[in-house]
Amino acid sequence: MSDRIFGVFGVLLAIGYAMSALAIEESFLSDAVGPKAFPLIIAAILGISSAVIAIKPDPEPHWPDIGRFVEIAAAVVVMVLYAEFLPIIGFVFATALAATYLAWRLGSTIIGSVATGVGTSVGIYVIFHLVLGLSLARGPLGF
Amino acid sequence: MEILSALGDGFAIALTFENLLLALLGCFLGTVMGALPGLGPSNGVAILIPLAFTLGLGPTPSLILLTSVYYGAMYGGRISSILLNIPGDEPAMMTCLDGHPMAKKGMAGEALSLSGIASFVGAFFATWGLILLAPQLVKVALLFGPAEYFALFALAFMTLGGVSSTNQAKSAFAAALGLGLAMIGVDTQTGVPRFTFGEVHLYDGLDFLVAIVGLFALSEVLIFLEERHGSASAEGRKLSVGRLTPPWSMIKQCTPTMLRTSVLGFVAGVLPGAGASLGSFISYSMEKRLVDKEGTFGTGDPRGVAAPETGNNAAAGGALVPMLALGVPGSGTTAVLLAVLLSLNITPGPLLFTQNPDVVWGLIAALFIANFMLLAMNIPMVGIFTRLLMVPPRVLMPVVAMVSFVGIYGISGSSFDLLVMIGFGVMGWVLRKLDVPLVPIILGTLLGNSMEANLRRAITIDNGDWWTLVDSPLSLGLWAVAIIGFIMPIIFGRVVKNKMRQRKDEEGAISD
Repeated sequence: MSDRIFGVFGVLLAIGYAMSALAIEESFLSDAVGPKAFPLIIAAILGISSAVIAIKPDPEPHWPDIGRFVEIAAAVVVMVLYAEFLPIIGFVFATALAATYLAWRLGSTIIGSVATGVGTSVGIYVIFHLVLGLSLARGPLGF
Repeated sequence: MEILSALGDGFAIALTFENLLLALLGCFLGTVMGALPGLGPSNGVAILIPLAFTLGLGPTPSLILLTSVYYGAMYGGRISSILLNIPGDEPAMMTCLDGHPMAKKGMAGEALSLSGIASFVGAFFATWGLILLAPQLVKVALLFGPAEYFALFALAFMTLGGVSSTNQAKSAFAAALGLGLAMIGVDTQTGVPRFTFGEVHLYDGLDFLVAIVGLFALSEVLIFLEERHGSASAEGRKLSVGRLTPPWSMIKQCTPTMLRTSVLGFVAGVLPGAGASLGSFISYSMEKRLVDKEGTFGTGDPRGVAAPETGNNAAAGGALVPMLALGVPGSGTTAVLLAVLLSLNITPGPLLFTQNPDVVWGLIAALFIANFMLLAMNIPMVGIFTRLLMVPPRVLMPVVAMVSFVGIYGISGSSFDLLVMIGFGVMGWVLRKLDVPLVPIILGTLLGNSMEANLRRAITIDNGDWWTLVDSPLSLGLWAVAIIGFIMPIIFGRVVKNKMRQRKDEEGAISD
């Protein structure tokens, strides 16, 4: 079933891709092939292979139960928040929080996660910023 | 003799203090990454790319660092195979078969040192193979016009799937997806934006480094979260190593095996799409047929340890041949190395050998040096690495995730790229669940633009005639190989892949 859904999604993706390829504005100074042809070939391959996947699906993959799905979704949300807040609150705090969360969800104890989070953040800050001179996001406190 | 003098120049470049230090660092990090289950050669190299850039390294030093990591990871994979029966990365899968039984018999130290020597032999001969074969391949490649290059790219995509997936439709999907992603951005020939949907960040195209780190490193973190597999595989197990030198008789017994599998592994590495996993697999299978008269393979036969280790390291060297000479990588990790070269504004391919001989020969010399360093590191100092196996993923994975973020942020300094990377991480996780190979996606995003450029060039030269693509015997030959390479696995591939799968634990779904 997963493969059938995946295949149908792929066919839709291919159609969408082909439509946006057709919508590319041609420049008046174009070569013989133009900017549309290759994307259209790709869309065709994408569509055919997706159709084959939908018609001849593989055995069902092992999907996690709903709890694990929530787990992954939550981790993704944390990472997105991390990306958004990084320039605002600065590298050290953002990284410590995100790493603590991930360590906690991977089964560390509370104290262990905080230690991992702070250790990762400070460790990266020292190695990458102080030693190697990479510029990291600065927060209001300057780090 | 031209080659020897070029190699001499290469050593002059590689033997500077900075480069030696980088090689040492790369070898150490590579061995660690190879040894830790969950970090393989491709994501190991991927998360270090940003480091190489932010250090402001030039092309040769960056390549020295990253290829040392590549060779090191090939060495490191065997450590957890032997001690824990869990392959540290996919190519080390076959080493479990005889390595772990040897360790159970109390010969862990012998198995580790023997496999270290076997890795050295494989990598050493493969590096010589690279020196001898790459310039010959360059001569052939100089005959290639745009039409032939287009066919060559198609060949790379069509053969790549054969080994990395059981389902050719899924590898075709992956390749098309990668190529499609490469089209995003301003068209280089006419200047019109494509698939940008008005988003200014996309005008430059997607940075393939962002895609690589997201697909490889972040999706690995998500896999670990899903399985809540946070404790070290080594915890609670006794890791006694014992004596660290194999007896001479054992080395002697294994010498013919090592020599044969060096050749076999190298050939497997050069072939497009095969890579190190196949190299170790066919090496083991062939040796089992040839020398396993008493049926001792699988019960801790030293030759069964030497064969796959030699094969995988020889294949790692072999895979560099098409990457350097043609600009078409044959495996996941060499695709990542190609990404490094492209980001440094160096285009691999036949012209690399004439335009940047310092890069090529400096790299080759560094491979020799790294190989000796790795031998030294992996035999007397193997105890350090066995202790590192105790680091549990619940500590390791947050570090991997954060280093990935730092690296990508360090290159561009924009949150937008981080969001794109997270998107690729999620996509990588879903696709791995569905058994869609990730390597063709990477290869597609890397090669998409030059594949299109060659297509358009070929047709423009011939005034818009599409038949020019199959006009010369050379391109016809390439297309024939490509089509055979695509169809063969549909017929035979399932058998080979299933045999490999039988040995595969849930570890590391990334094929290198």
